Amino acid sequence: MTTIDNPVGASTQAQGFGSSFVIALGKWMTSSDHKKIGRLFIGCALFTAVSTSIIGAVFGLERMSPAQMDIFDGDAAIQLISLYRFDLVLGLLAPLFLGIALAIVPLQLGSRAIAFPRLAQLSFWSWLFGALMVAIAIIGNGGPGGGQANLVDLYLLGVALAATGILAGSLSVATSVLTARAPGMTLDIVPAFSWGALVGSVASLLTLPVAIGTIIYLYVDNTHAKVAFGGSKAIDDHLGWVFGQPMTIVFIVIALGVLADIAPVTAGVRQPQRPVVLVGLGLITTAVLGAATQSTHMLDWSGNTSDIVKSAIPFLIFNGLPLLGIFVVIAISLLSLKFGSPKVSGAFALASLGAFMILVGAAGNFVAHIQQANLAGTAFNEGVTVYFAFGGLLVGLGALAHWAPKLWGRVLDEKALLGLSALGLLGTIASSFPLFIAGFANQPVDVVNGFDYDGPIALWNGIAGIGNILILVTVIGFVALLLAAIRNGAQASDDPWNGHSLEWAIPSPAPLNNFEALAHVNSSEPVLDAKPSGKEVTV
Amino acid sequence: MTIALPAAPQTAPRRQIFVATALACASAFMIIIGMVAMWMKFRAGAPTRDSADGLYVIKDWLPASITIPEVAANVMLITFPVVALMAQWASYSAKRRDSQHRSLALAICAVLGIAVVNGQAAIYAQMEIGLADGAYQTMFYAITGAMLLLVVGGIAFSFVALFRSVGGREDDTDVVNSHALYWYFLTAAFTVLWFFVYVQK
Repeated sequence: MTTIDNPVGASTQAQGFGSSFVIALGKWMTSSDHKKIGRLFIGCALFTAVSTSIIGAVFGLERMSPAQMDIFDGDAAIQLISLYRFDLVLGLLAPLFLGIALAIVPLQLGSRAIAFPRLAQLSFWSWLFGALMVAIAIIGNGGPGGGQANLVDLYLLGVALAATGILAGSLSVATSVLTARAPGMTLDIVPAFSWGALVGSVASLLTLPVAIGTIIYLYVDNTHAKVAFGGSKAIDDHLGWVFGQPMTIVFIVIALGVLADIAPVTAGVRQPQRPVVLVGLGLITTAVLGAATQSTHMLDWSGNTSDIVKSAIPFLIFNGLPLLGIFVVIAISLLSLKFGSPKVSGAFALASLGAFMILVGAAGNFVAHIQQANLAGTAFNEGVTVYFAFGGLLVGLGALAHWAPKLWGRVLDEKALLGLSALGLLGTIASSFPLFIAGFANQPVDVVNGFDYDGPIALWNGIAGIGNILILVTVIGFVALLLAAIRNGAQASDDPWNGHSLEWAIPSPAPLNNFEALAHVNSSEPVLDAKPSGKEVTV
Repeated sequence: MTIALPAAPQTAPRRQIFVATALACASAFMIIIGMVAMWMKFRAGAPTRDSADGLYVIKDWLPASITIPEVAANVMLITFPVVALMAQWASYSAKRRDSQHRSLALAICAVLGIAVVNGQAAIYAQMEIGLADGAYQTMFYAITGAMLLLVVGGIAFSFVALFRSVGGREDDTDVVNSHALYWYFLTAAFTVLWFFVYVQK
């Protein structure tokens, strides 16, 4: 039985059916070409990024005068916060990086298609309909704490469906990396991004099912007795971890794989400490265990030595090791710059700045779990999530810029990308760092009005709102840049960055079945090996 | 200019379905483990009260009126390894390209899988509890229902493998091996569930 069907997306090859919009749409909707499925995920994730930043901007405005401003009534605010949290994690981070992985991983592996292409296709539609169900339920007051019991059921089903979609896509990606590599490509020489995609996919395969099990309980309870969990009021208590840390970290692993791949290409050298990068990516996923245990592992140094050690061990495993892993991957990735002649590209700027934001978020997550910092239940935790989500978004934009030649056959304008990376950096810092400060001032988390504390409330929340607007401008600017390049840009060359991995050995954009013939691989930089200029390439 | 890489010969398939099934089993196992963890959490958090004579502390988790039919649960526990054994027989037969034994073993797997569903239905019928009767009842139906869905998936897998076998797919070892792996997973998952839900209650 063949599970990688060679004529994937054959329908898209058919000619003579006319070029009407409906037919084109139908081809997109039914295509099992992994690059198209990936782009569908990416497009929807960018749309979610726009809507999420708008919601974040409105929250900032509302929070500027929490006692007087009343844009939303109480119920609407609670529902919108639920939508915001869903959007940041399962609406933005997960589909963005799953989409990039689906589109790029088979190209890096030297594979003609993704494993189980129809499962990958199903994953997109499952995720999309799940996300739509969540949005409809929340609009109708059916989210966590919502009053419409039927819509609460719809919300739970929507989250389960979206999570199932992410799981199906992750299964496809992980199986591809494990079974569809080019001859000679052992697991230790797969490109760093594909390694990150494998690690992140397996991590989500082990984490999201726990959420689905919880949803089964909540759904049965909500549709019947409402005595075990208490109906919709308890949804956030039991399911809240899915829309925050450590779930975000699971998808961040794939983001850091992007930087680990782009940095050596930017420097024009082989990654000198490649095994350390791969170990670092694996180390981050210790956070997965934290998700599976559904417990908050706090460090409390108020007791005796024995108690401190007891709290320190799980704290360091679940919060310290992911931070260490993120630091190692970023540090080693950037170390390659020292050995080469780096020419900073827009893609590298976006990816590296986004990775720094992720590192700040991870440091924040570390501090948030120290009992004596008194940050539990404060806006500080929202700041951590926003750092991860928008930092991840920047890395994702960097990945799209880097692989645009293979996905769209175009190279994006470098100067504009550098400008967008600066704007995105400002937007990420502005939308999250004030929440860190507000957290220390005891501004409550997941509340937009009816709170008060000593301090410049309007300043912190106003800056956070502006930060969201900057992110909105960044995303719209990037999409405009991409559309302009697709419409008017010159055809990209096959290897515009002097790349290292197999995707740079095929034409731009990547053809339907990727590779005409199988290539034999015996190093982690097979394309670099094959270049006539020798083993190293100076950019 | 496209870079020419050294060409490689066509390689044999790398057991794609088996690897995907292993990942899916790990994922599904996490559903059951997560649900069992939640079960334990609720059981530990159930309210306690003193008995009438004040000598004992009673935990209000499993209502006194409910009796769990342990015979049916134990028969289910025994049935699962038998199904796994039959699935392994199918796998062994597939390796030897013995289609008759392979088909017979797969058919037995499907029938025994249906027997497991029947056992679960018997438990529901004998317990005579309603979904909305209380916290324990709701959670009992949720966790055993989730397990039942996974078993139904196993039965469907058995039938698919059986139809392919009867249809003459001689090279179907990957599917049959994956089928065996899935039933091993179901056996492990039910053993966990049996211990925590039916024995520890």
